[in-house]
Amino acid sequence: MSATLVPDVGRTVVRANYHPATLVGGSVVVAAFFSAAPWILPAAWVSVLNNFFLLLILATMWNLLAGYAGMVSIGQQGFIGLGSYALLYLALKGMNPFAAIPLAALVAGVIAVPVTFLLFRLRGGYFSVATWVVADSAMLVILSISYLGGGTGRPMPGLTSLSPTEYNHDSYLATWLTALVVSVGTYLLLRSRLGLVLASMRDSETAARSSGAKVTSTRRWIFVIAAMGCGAAGAVLAISQPFVQPGNAFNINWLAEMLFATIIGGIGTVEGPIIGTIVYFVLYQTLQGLGAWYLIIFGALAVAVALWQPGGVWGLVRDKTRFELLPVGYRVREK
Amino acid sequence: MTWTNVIVQGILFGGFYALFACGLSLLFGVMRIINLAHGDIAVVAGYTAVFLVPHLHIAEVWGFVVVVPIFALVGYVLQRTLLQAALDRSPLTTLLVTFGLSVLIENLLLEIYTANGQSVNIGSLIGNSWQVNSVIYVSWFQLVVLIVAVAVLGVLQVYLSKTNTGRLIRAVSDDREAAQICGANYRHIFGIAAAIAVATVALAGISYGILTELTPTTGGSQVLLYAFEAVVIGGIGSLWGTLIGGILLGVAQQIGAHYNPAYQVLAGHVLFLAILALRPQGLFGKKEALT
Repeated sequence: MSATLVPDVGRTVVRANYHPATLVGGSVVVAAFFSAAPWILPAAWVSVLNNFFLLLILATMWNLLAGYAGMVSIGQQGFIGLGSYALLYLALKGMNPFAAIPLAALVAGVIAVPVTFLLFRLRGGYFSVATWVVADSAMLVILSISYLGGGTGRPMPGLTSLSPTEYNHDSYLATWLTALVVSVGTYLLLRSRLGLVLASMRDSETAARSSGAKVTSTRRWIFVIAAMGCGAAGAVLAISQPFVQPGNAFNINWLAEMLFATIIGGIGTVEGPIIGTIVYFVLYQTLQGLGAWYLIIFGALAVAVALWQPGGVWGLVRDKTRFELLPVGYRVREK
Repeated sequence: MTWTNVIVQGILFGGFYALFACGLSLLFGVMRIINLAHGDIAVVAGYTAVFLVPHLHIAEVWGFVVVVPIFALVGYVLQRTLLQAALDRSPLTTLLVTFGLSVLIENLLLEIYTANGQSVNIGSLIGNSWQVNSVIYVSWFQLVVLIVAVAVLGVLQVYLSKTNTGRLIRAVSDDREAAQICGANYRHIFGIAAAIAVATVALAGISYGILTELTPTTGGSQVLLYAFEAVVIGGIGSLWGTLIGGILLGVAQQIGAHYNPAYQVLAGHVLFLAILALRPQGLFGKKEALT
């Protein structure tokens, strides 16, 4: 959208943005803090942060899928599992696990391409259940490969040369850097031309189509990107465990967590997954020791939010204050 | 002869899958939604038969007579409250809410009854089988389930085409606004459709609990997936297609299991994906049903 398209009536359309100094300063402070976390925070906090960033990646990806592209995937745990196992395979072949993370994400993305051609034949709820069938198939295939440990799993090789402290620091940094790349990438994506198409699809698919948006190919891109993001999350999960097991890597609870976090935070907003992940961890820490109850309470909260406050926490904040933490849109400004 | 047995056993399993699937198919036909908690409701019905019915001091086999009507009521109430509220929002909300419900049910069962498998006990009836020849055994119970599945689909077909309420259900699913103008209360009709769907899946859940063990996760990873695969293989919108879909799924699974027990479920998934690739509208479905 260029400013020249708008009739000159004393207003101009500008990109919503921060002052460059605020943007650079803020980013540097945030990045420096989380990069230095292993040295300035207690080990228990670093471990919580590690899990926080893992869920943040997943929620961000699920938000792109369901919140923007209208694909309610309930099979993302399949790509987490594939990412974990791709990393395990590469590490077994002698690659450094940390260096292999991008490659593992790529494997998940490549597998997602043919999957889209099958699944895009189904719509709505049928698409959703079919994603789970694909995830279950992926798990069953992995289960039958004894080289990858079959049902019992295998420890992640290539990490024994590290001291326990080094290992803790490095695995946290791997998760944090992956989360940083995924978050910044998603933010830039939503500010790009594709992001404009996504926002129009989110608001009205019919209107987006009739305005010439290539809805199906955009969906395909988003599905592949989300598979790569979840694959990367699976890879860092495999390092931080450091044991790869089908029951954990392909666990449906990953899906439940990313979905609930996105809904509670605010589906279809950039900030939603971040807020939702924070809510999740506050609940998780509070309800520790209650077994599966945290998931029950979190799920009940998500159902309530979906029914009565579909914009989530961030939707509420934005409507009340008109504040955007991570602006992606355009604004009309008086000249 | 071994192959004949594999196919016979597959057909027998197909009865279960058709029974799992007909409620899912009906609800989609009427409301254009998929209830992601469909399978979990079946498991709750099974657990009700395991833990509640023994307190009633009646023969276990009568558990069906008590539990299925209760679940018809549960289905109606669930539809008129939670599901209708979600449906009023958007199809997306319905998926989110039913997924949430599924996670809630599975984890509540896990917390209350642990992850241990539970079986519905009907005494010695389950063991009876009919030996056709040296390799083929037909379990009476599975044969009864297959006959019940065919009967349920037949009754449903007649109900939808011949009775007033059945015609209303079809009218609402064809064109909700037009049916409303003619005085149909679509919320009540949705409720009735949900009652039928939940009652049939409860029946299926209890039967499955008699044949095998139910765990808190059986509903999602087995019942929902098999029901869904049966519907898509047979063709969305075709009740008899669902029966054939269920039977083909059963046969595919038994063929897979014949090679290696680990391939049982995978073989079903492969058949489903092959149908999706080659004939996405399913064997008896219409192309329009996909959109």
